[in-house]
Amino acid sequence: MGGSPPLAVRFDHVSRHFGDVKAVDDLSLDIFDGEFFTFLGPSGSGKTTCLRLLAGFDQPTSGRILLHGRDVTGQPPFEREVNTVFQDYALFPHMSVGDNIAYGLMIRKVEKGERRKRVAEMLDLVRMPGLEQRTPAQLSGGQRQRVALARALILRPRQQMQVELKAIQEKVGITFLYVTHDQEEALTMSDRIAVFNNGRVEQIGSPPELYESPGSRFVADFVGVSNLISGPIAERIRGSAEVFSVRPEKIQIRETDSIAPDGYCSIEGRVKEVIYLGMHTRYVVELDGGGDLTVVEQNREATSMEVLAARGRKVRLVWHPTHNRRLGTAE
Amino acid sequence: MSPTRPARDRDSQGPEERPVLLRIASFLYLRPSLVLALLLGPPLVWMIVVYLGSLVFLLIQSFFSLDPFTGQVIRVLTLATYKDLWTPANLDIFFRTATMAAVVTVTTAVLAFPLAYFMARYASTRLKTVLYLAVLLPLWSSYLVRVYAWRLILAKEGILNWFIQQLDLTRVLDLLLRAPVIGGPSLSVSFLGMFIVFVYVWLPYMILPVQAALERVPRSLLEASGDLGARPGQTLRHVTLPLAFPGVIAGSIFTFSLTLGDFVVPYSLGNSSFFIGQAVLSLTGTAFNIPLAAAFTVVPMGIMAFYLVGARTLGAFDAL
Amino acid sequence: MRSEANESRGRAPLSLRLATLGVILFLHVPMAIIFLYAFTTDDATFSFPPPGLTVDWFGVAVPRPDVWQALLLSLRVALIATLAALGLGTLAATAVYRSKFFGREAISFLLLLPLALPGIVSGIALRSAIGMADFPFGFWTIVIGHATFCIVVVYNNVLARYRRTGRSQVEASMDLGADPLQTFRYVILPAIGTALLAGGMLAFALSFDEIVVTTFTAGHEETLPIWMFSQLTKPRQRPVTNVVAVFVIVLTAIPIFLANRLTQGGSE
Repeated sequence: MGGSPPLAVRFDHVSRHFGDVKAVDDLSLDIFDGEFFTFLGPSGSGKTTCLRLLAGFDQPTSGRILLHGRDVTGQPPFEREVNTVFQDYALFPHMSVGDNIAYGLMIRKVEKGERRKRVAEMLDLVRMPGLEQRTPAQLSGGQRQRVALARALILRPRQQMQVELKAIQEKVGITFLYVTHDQEEALTMSDRIAVFNNGRVEQIGSPPELYESPGSRFVADFVGVSNLISGPIAERIRGSAEVFSVRPEKIQIRETDSIAPDGYCSIEGRVKEVIYLGMHTRYVVELDGGGDLTVVEQNREATSMEVLAARGRKVRLVWHPTHNRRLGTAE
Repeated sequence: MSPTRPARDRDSQGPEERPVLLRIASFLYLRPSLVLALLLGPPLVWMIVVYLGSLVFLLIQSFFSLDPFTGQVIRVLTLATYKDLWTPANLDIFFRTATMAAVVTVTTAVLAFPLAYFMARYASTRLKTVLYLAVLLPLWSSYLVRVYAWRLILAKEGILNWFIQQLDLTRVLDLLLRAPVIGGPSLSVSFLGMFIVFVYVWLPYMILPVQAALERVPRSLLEASGDLGARPGQTLRHVTLPLAFPGVIAGSIFTFSLTLGDFVVPYSLGNSSFFIGQAVLSLTGTAFNIPLAAAFTVVPMGIMAFYLVGARTLGAFDAL
Repeated sequence: MRSEANESRGRAPLSLRLATLGVILFLHVPMAIIFLYAFTTDDATFSFPPPGLTVDWFGVAVPRPDVWQALLLSLRVALIATLAALGLGTLAATAVYRSKFFGREAISFLLLLPLALPGIVSGIALRSAIGMADFPFGFWTIVIGHATFCIVVVYNNVLARYRRTGRSQVEASMDLGADPLQTFRYVILPAIGTALLAGGMLAFALSFDEIVVTTFTAGHEETLPIWMFSQLTKPRQRPVTNVVAVFVIVLTAIPIFLANRLTQGGSE
C-alpha cells in the first residue's frame, strides 16, 4: 500500500481562545477521505467548537484549517464546501420538506427540474419517499433528522459532517465527522475517534485501540469503564507503583480459598455492591489494601438470587497480566 | 452514482471572478464589530441626537432665565428660574397633580386586579384571548375619543345624570359636588369627574402588566399553599398578591407617569386650577417662557426617575 | 403539533366573575355611547335620551374640509413615522440579538424612554430643541417626534420574534451556501415578516392617536387628535365630532385585531 489516503480535513495547530478560556488548545489532527470520524468528549471539551471552526461559524485564534489541501481559515461558511446537520435540525419552518432539501441547490441556481429529481432521489435514500409537500411541523423528530440529513447530503460536496447511521455513510462513500459525548455510539460507528478533553485531543485511534490501550487516565475512564490501580497495590501486582488500568470484564471473581492460576494477578477483597443488569452483573469490590475495583461478569449460569447473595462476601479477584495496560504519560 | 457538479462551483472561481456583493459579504462576516456598528449606528445616533440631546438641552434650558422686559431667553446659567418655580401656586400644582396620580394609580390597581386574576387563573384559552382583545381595544383606541366619550356621559344633560335622576340620587350627587376639592359646578367640571376619566383611560395600562405577572405565578405554588392548609383567601394574601406585586408596580409606572404629564383630561374636565401638563402647555403658549416650562417638566422627570428606581428594586422591570 | 390539554380550571367565584364583567363593561360602554350619539338629532347638547335618531350627520361630516385635512395629515404622518420606526427598530433589534456588547441592556431602556417619560417632557424637549435649531415646525417635526417613540414598538416585536426563531436556521442557511443577503431574503425575512407587520401596525396606531407630543411639535398643523382636542374645548357641530370619533374607533380597531392574529398565529 503506497502512501495514506487523501486528506479531507487537517487541523493545523488550531487554537480558539475566549479571553482566558482556551476552548481549543493547539489542536492538530487529520481526517482522511471517506472515513467515519468521531469527536468524542464531555461537554465543554472543545469538540463542538472544533466542528464550528470547521464549518466556518467561528474563526480560530491561531492555526489553520485545511479542506482538501486548501486553507479555508477565514472563509465564511457559505464559501466552504462543508455541510452540517444541526442538533436541533434547523429546518426552515416556512418551507416544505422539498424546498428545505432543495435549498442548497436553489442557492446554487440549479434549475427546477433537476432540483425536483434530486430531491426525490434524496427522499428515497433517507427512506421518506413522496413527502415533498409536508412541512417540518408535520414531521416527527426522527423524520426531521432525516430531512436535515437529506438537505446536507444533497449537495454532496467533497466534505460532509453528519449525524446518522453508518449504513448511509458507507453507501454514499463520503467522509463523515460525528460529534458526541456518548462513547458507546462512538465505538459502534467510527473508523477512528478523537477523544477531547479541555480543548485538547488526548488520543486518536480506532475503537479497539482506544478501548484496549487507553493512553491516559482520562481516556481509560471516558471510553468504557476502567479500573485504575496505583500505589502500593500496583506495586504488589506489577512491581511498580505506576498507575495502570484493567478492564472490568477481564477480571474474574473467585472464592477466597480458590487458587489463582500460575502467573495470574490475584488480590482479595469484599463485595461492596452488586448491580444485576440482566445479561451481566457489575460487582464493586473493596480491596483489602484499600480502593475499589469494578468487575463485570456475564450471568452465564448463576441466577439473580445467587448473584445478589454475593454482597458482603469475601472474594478473590484474578486476571491475566496481559490485560494490564500502562497509561501514557498523560494523566 | 456520481453527483452532478453544482452550477456555481466556487472552488474553480478565482478571486477576481467572485461577485462584488459576495466579497463584501465575506468581508463583513469576519468583522462582526463593523457589522454591529453599521446596525446599531443609525438608531443609536437618532436616539442620542434627537431624543437624549433634546432632553439634555431641556435640562440646560431650565437653568436659563427669561428677561421679563424683552421676553428673550438669557443664555446665562442661573437658578433664578427654579426660584420662580418655587411659588405657592406652583407647589399647589405639583401637589394637586401628584395626589391625583397617586389616587388614580391605587384605584386602577384595585379595579384591574379582579379582571387580571380572572384572566390568569380561571379563563380558558379562548376566553383569555377574547378578554385580552377586549382590554387591548380601548387601549389602542383613540385616547381623545375616549376622553370625549366621558364629556358626553358626564354632561349635565347627559346619560349619567339621567340615570342619577331616574334612581333619585340627585341629592347624593349634589352632596358630592359640593364637597371641597373633589367637587365642582358639575360632574364634567370637577376633580371627581377628572378622576373617573383618568381611571378609565389608564385602566388597560394597569391590567396588562398585572395579568402578565399573575400568569407567571406557577399553579404548583398555589396548590402547595392549599396543600399546606391555607384557605383560598390566605393563599391570595400570602402567595398570589406578593408575587403579583411587581406587575402592579409596573402598571403603576404607566398610570402615574401618564397622569403626571397629562393636559387633555384637565383641560376637558377641569377648571382654572392647573395641573402640571396644563401649566407647561400654557407656558409654551402666549406666555412663552421656555425656561420656566423646562423647570416645570424637570419636576415630573425627577419624580419619575425616583419612581423608576424604586420600581426597579421592587422587580417591576422583570414584569414588563 | 401540540394539542393543548384542557385542564379543568375550576369555576371562578361569582363575585369575581361579576367584577370581571363589570370592568369589561366599564371599559367598553363609553365607546358604545359614542356610537349612540353619532346618530342623535340634537346638535347643540349631549342630552340623554337623544331626542331623535338620524344618519344625517354622517353626510355632514364627510364634506367638512377641516376633518379631511386633519385626517390626511394624521395618515401621512403615521405612514412616514411607521416606515422610519420599522427601519430603525429592526436595525436595533438585529444588533441587540446578534451581538453581546457593552451597554446592551441600556439600548432597550433608551428606546423605551420616549414612552416611559411623560409626554409633556418629550414634547417640550423636542420643541425647545427644534426651536433652538431654527427648524420650521410642521410635518417633519411631527414625524420626527412620532418616529422616536414608535421605534421601541417595532424593536420589541422584532426582538421577541428573533428570540423565538433562534440562530440555527441562519447558520444552516449559510452552511448550505447562501450568503448573508440570500439568507436574509430566504430565511430571516420570512421569519420576522409578521412581526414587522404587527409592529408596524401598532406603531401606526400609536402615531395616529398621539396628542401630547404632537401638540408641542406641530406648529400650526392639525392632526386628527389635535382637531378632536379643539372640538373638545370649542366644539362646532357636536355630532360631527361624534361621527369622526366613531370612524376613528373603527379605524384603529382593525390594526389591533390584525396585529394580534399575526403575533399569535405565527410559527406553530
